[in-house]
Amino acid sequence: MKPVVKRFIFIVVILGLWELGSRMGLWAELILPSPTNVAIALFDGIQNMTLIYDLVASFRRLAIGLVIALVIGTGIGVLIAKSKTADDTIGSMLLAFQSVPSIVWLPLAMMWFGLNDKAVIFVVVLGGTFVMALNVRTGIKNVSPLYIRAAQTMGSKGIDLFIRVVFPASIPYFVTGTRLAWAFAWRALIAGELLTTGPGLGYTLRYASDFGNMSLVIGVMIIIGVIGAIVDQLIFQRIEKSVARRWGL
Amino acid sequence: MFVSINQLNKQFLDKDEKPTTVLKDIDLQIEKGEFVSILGPSGCGKSTLLSIVAGLTEATSGDIIVDGTTVKKPGKDRGMVFQQAALFPWINVLENVMFPLKKEMAKEEAEAQAKKYLQMVQLGNYLNHYPHELSGGMQQRVAIARALAMNPETLLMDEPFGALDEQTRTRLHGQLEDIWLETKKTILFVTHSISESIKLSDRIIVMGTRPGIVLTDIKVDLPRPRDQHKEEMLAIEEKIMRYLKKEIDKVVSEELSHEASR
Ligand SMILES: Nc1ncnc2c1ncn2[C@@H]1O[C@H](COP(=O)(O)OP(=O)(O)OP(=O)(O)O)[C@@H](O)[C@H]1O
Ligand SMILES: [Mg+2]
Repeated sequence: MKPVVKRFIFIVVILGLWELGSRMGLWAELILPSPTNVAIALFDGIQNMTLIYDLVASFRRLAIGLVIALVIGTGIGVLIAKSKTADDTIGSMLLAFQSVPSIVWLPLAMMWFGLNDKAVIFVVVLGGTFVMALNVRTGIKNVSPLYIRAAQTMGSKGIDLFIRVVFPASIPYFVTGTRLAWAFAWRALIAGELLTTGPGLGYTLRYASDFGNMSLVIGVMIIIGVIGAIVDQLIFQRIEKSVARRWGL
Repeated sequence: MFVSINQLNKQFLDKDEKPTTVLKDIDLQIEKGEFVSILGPSGCGKSTLLSIVAGLTEATSGDIIVDGTTVKKPGKDRGMVFQQAALFPWINVLENVMFPLKKEMAKEEAEAQAKKYLQMVQLGNYLNHYPHELSGGMQQRVAIARALAMNPETLLMDEPFGALDEQTRTRLHGQLEDIWLETKKTILFVTHSISESIKLSDRIIVMGTRPGIVLTDIKVDLPRPRDQHKEEMLAIEEKIMRYLKKEIDKVVSEELSHEASR
């Protein structure tokens, strides 16, 4: 049996048991609403556009935050890969920053930017920047000396060497860095939205919870999970695989 | 002399920061258009010597003059082929060969030149392939085309066929000989295969190890193609063997005494 088929059957069985349990009244609707009610809540949300607005608002913050994170992360990564002093100072701090969930910055961010988009975007930026920087640094440091020597014998040096050899040689690490930055940014985004104002997926999640609309809570959770899985598996893992194959890793 | 290596010494610092001499007083004169092999046991400093000629490694003392200028840094007048093909995996075969040409000529011209040399190594049909789609022998031929494409006067080759199987190697020997006869490059060819060096070169520099020195300089004065002169080749092979036997015995006994002293 193909893995896809197995996965499909598995999900159908889970949903079936879940629906059955709800129908038999094994648990209260407020504790765990039935799959049908979740589906209805999702359908309603999409039909009256509220979930669509949430999605658009969330993705806007994510896109802005992620782009900024990738740009700054690449900049820092190149800097600490090239300068020993920068690596000894900034580089050693990155690991410390990276080990702190970026949502802890939200209280500070709200003081600086107010209770709005900017505070959430700030948290998203922090979520993605450090992994990106660390991966770019590793990528640049791991460029095979053979490539560099070969390029030097062909008259390449300095900035030309960096643009035409060092940078493309470390693309596999850029891709991994981007995938991880996305994953951290996505988590930071939802956490940030839970604690600020809407519209946004995280905001709607908390709003629904405050009003005891558990069907919508689970509906939004499913949206968040599905988007995360799709982006990671369908986009990033494919790119990563094809890059790794061509780069001979 | 076209390539002139004078009193060259190279020391590396080992892990206790103590200098160890890898190359000692190397003197070597090479004429324009000569095919010279550098032969020696593993670790005698062949790669280091070639790398210094390429300008990739700095000598501790002594100097190297190529075509009237002292070697200080790498340059396009000296093309290099490494044991691993060192092709760039993110660009295709044609773009790899065009790599050294990008700055000095227009795109069409660079393309034409790259194609010419790819045809010379019989890979005219693989322009759009990526390195990972080629066999090891094909990759090495692309690397040779890439070095030739910038039209260097000198070609430095560090065991270019070392990682290939016997049949592929024999075929590439033929192709390299043809290319050399056609382009009249000065070739410095590092190898540890005695038969390879006899088959290809005008002169064989036999090196000894610890420290790396020139043991002897053997002229191979046989008409090409040399497959028809098996006996003469065998005689030269035996002569070289005698030189190298002493070296290899030396390495073995040194390693044994090193083991014992631990
Ligand atoms: N960067 C370096 N730092 C320290 N020692 C080095 C360095 N490069 C080479 N050596 C030493 O110099 C010696 C000669 O190395 P080299 O690679 O030139 O040998 P080789 O003759 O090319 O050997 P092989 O036939 O195995 O390729 C070796 O003992 C090696 O350990
Ligand atoms: Mg070597």
